[in-house]
Amino acid sequence: MAPDLSVSIGSLTLPNPLIAASGCFGYGLEYDQVVDLSLLGGVVSKGLFMKERQGHPPPRIVETPAGMINAIGLQGIGVHRFVKEKLPLLRERGARTFVNVCGTTLDEYVEVCKVLSQAEGVAAIELNISCPNIKEGGIQFGCSLNGTFDVVSAVRKATTLPVIPKLTPNVTDVASFAKAAEDAGADAVSLVNTFLAMAIDVETRRPKISNVLGGLSGPAIRPIAVRMVWECYQLVKIPVIGMGGITDARDALEFMLAGATAVQIGTQNFVDPFIWAKVLDGLTDYLTRHNVARLRDLVGAFDPTPPTAAHA
Amino acid sequence: MPPIEIDARVIANARLSSEYSVLSLAAPEVGARTEPGQFVMVKPAGVTDPLLRRPFSIFEVLRDAQGAITGVSILNKRAGRSTRRLYELEVGDVVSCLGPLGQPFRPVSSPTRAWLVAGGVGLAPFATLAEALAKSQTDTTLFYGARTGEELFYLDFFERLGATLVLTTENGARGTKGRVTLPLEAALQALGAGDTAMVYACGPEPMLAAVAKLAARYQQPSQVSVERVMGCGLGGCYSCVVPVKRRDDLSSEAPGAKEEHANLVRSCISGPVFDGAELVWD
Repeated sequence: MAPDLSVSIGSLTLPNPLIAASGCFGYGLEYDQVVDLSLLGGVVSKGLFMKERQGHPPPRIVETPAGMINAIGLQGIGVHRFVKEKLPLLRERGARTFVNVCGTTLDEYVEVCKVLSQAEGVAAIELNISCPNIKEGGIQFGCSLNGTFDVVSAVRKATTLPVIPKLTPNVTDVASFAKAAEDAGADAVSLVNTFLAMAIDVETRRPKISNVLGGLSGPAIRPIAVRMVWECYQLVKIPVIGMGGITDARDALEFMLAGATAVQIGTQNFVDPFIWAKVLDGLTDYLTRHNVARLRDLVGAFDPTPPTAAHA
Repeated sequence: MPPIEIDARVIANARLSSEYSVLSLAAPEVGARTEPGQFVMVKPAGVTDPLLRRPFSIFEVLRDAQGAITGVSILNKRAGRSTRRLYELEVGDVVSCLGPLGQPFRPVSSPTRAWLVAGGVGLAPFATLAEALAKSQTDTTLFYGARTGEELFYLDFFERLGATLVLTTENGARGTKGRVTLPLEAALQALGAGDTAMVYACGPEPMLAAVAKLAARYQQPSQVSVERVMGCGLGGCYSCVVPVKRRDDLSSEAPGAKEEHANLVRSCISGPVFDGAELVWD
């Protein structure tokens, strides 16, 4: 019998743990011609405010060793156009749509969530309190324990949809933020957003992207992200959704063993838009080889016993 | 037709100079789907450095002696790490290739003339376009500017197709000395009343701006192929945006979907070919 890849996040059950990360998958429909969206565990939309946003001027990305720095600046169509133009098509394609919600104020988060609660076909809300690239992108909430608690509490009261704050790694103790989110009624947390970073063109002495600062993603950040997922998993009871530089099934399993109930894939989708089927096959293969019937049994199954020093 | 991804073997990597090479890839499925002006995303296969593919106009659709499509080539100019790796590839190496992508050139036919304006490596999208124009027996002129005479490539290719060549070099070694926009403007001035030329352009962005403005000044239509830093080629990352005046969309998104009303649109799916009059040139 094929192993069971399904996972549960609160009231939500996904056929597999693979979710397309926000900002790395457009509104999902861009990938319709290369991926069957219904095969993914879920799709997270680009970050949405109440209104449309222009984003930063280009250049918006630069490649760095095993990664990339981006400062797109949350260009987006706003929640109303998303509900009207994108959501019905996502529903038609059988996508489980997570909506990444942004706000410049606490009230805006609440208002966007209310609009989404009225709409049909939203699986969950991912609260973006961690975008490093714009001053008003929620980072003021995501970098303060009180701010995190307040915004999650307010949204919790405004919607019955699962609420999943997305945490920034640009803090000293990310687990305490996961705890604040849990205390405020979050159904899960997702982490990590990107690491604040910069790159300089030494010939011109100018920044490589227009916003000067941006967020680092890709394989370069994976070990730090795994560590942060592990820290959160140990402190909170709600599910942790892990991400940061996943490129294949082994990387996904690393996050799950560290405590992630589900995982998101972002940057690697740019490298290989056909990654999803490959990772699903890799997960099935691993479970078969290790004689594990249910993938969910591996969540947090990391064994911290130190490895032996000698090569076998 | 949706793009496909293929690990393509390098058939040839012809070094045209110390900077330029024509990299030929065994990707018949990509070649079969290619329309002039479309692009591929490529990088050496199986490496994390570079991590992201880079966009290249499809230069030639390659065929064997019987005329069957065998692959595509790209015109590569060494500029950074990624293009240097591509320049150094040898026959038998493998390249990860995704395509064809993007909006193609909209072809014209007689009596409209086709004027192809290329700057340097901007020659790349015009080989396939010139072939299509030759097939429809459209009067075609290639305005082609480079730094030196040695950097004017594939002239016999375009001559064989019956295109008129107008060459410029910055050092005056071949053709007219100066920028390619000089002979273009002269030709625009000489265009008879009632005659129309579609001005196609690819090259450095200042050249594209100058060409689009010239075409507009002489009431001629233009199509320009832009190049921006690109992450994915499929509309996912929003890196490659260009400012446009219009608000609707030419993208390959699902029917009914519209490009965001912000006037920064993704050049990977709404371009790389744009109406020159639509773009905002600063």
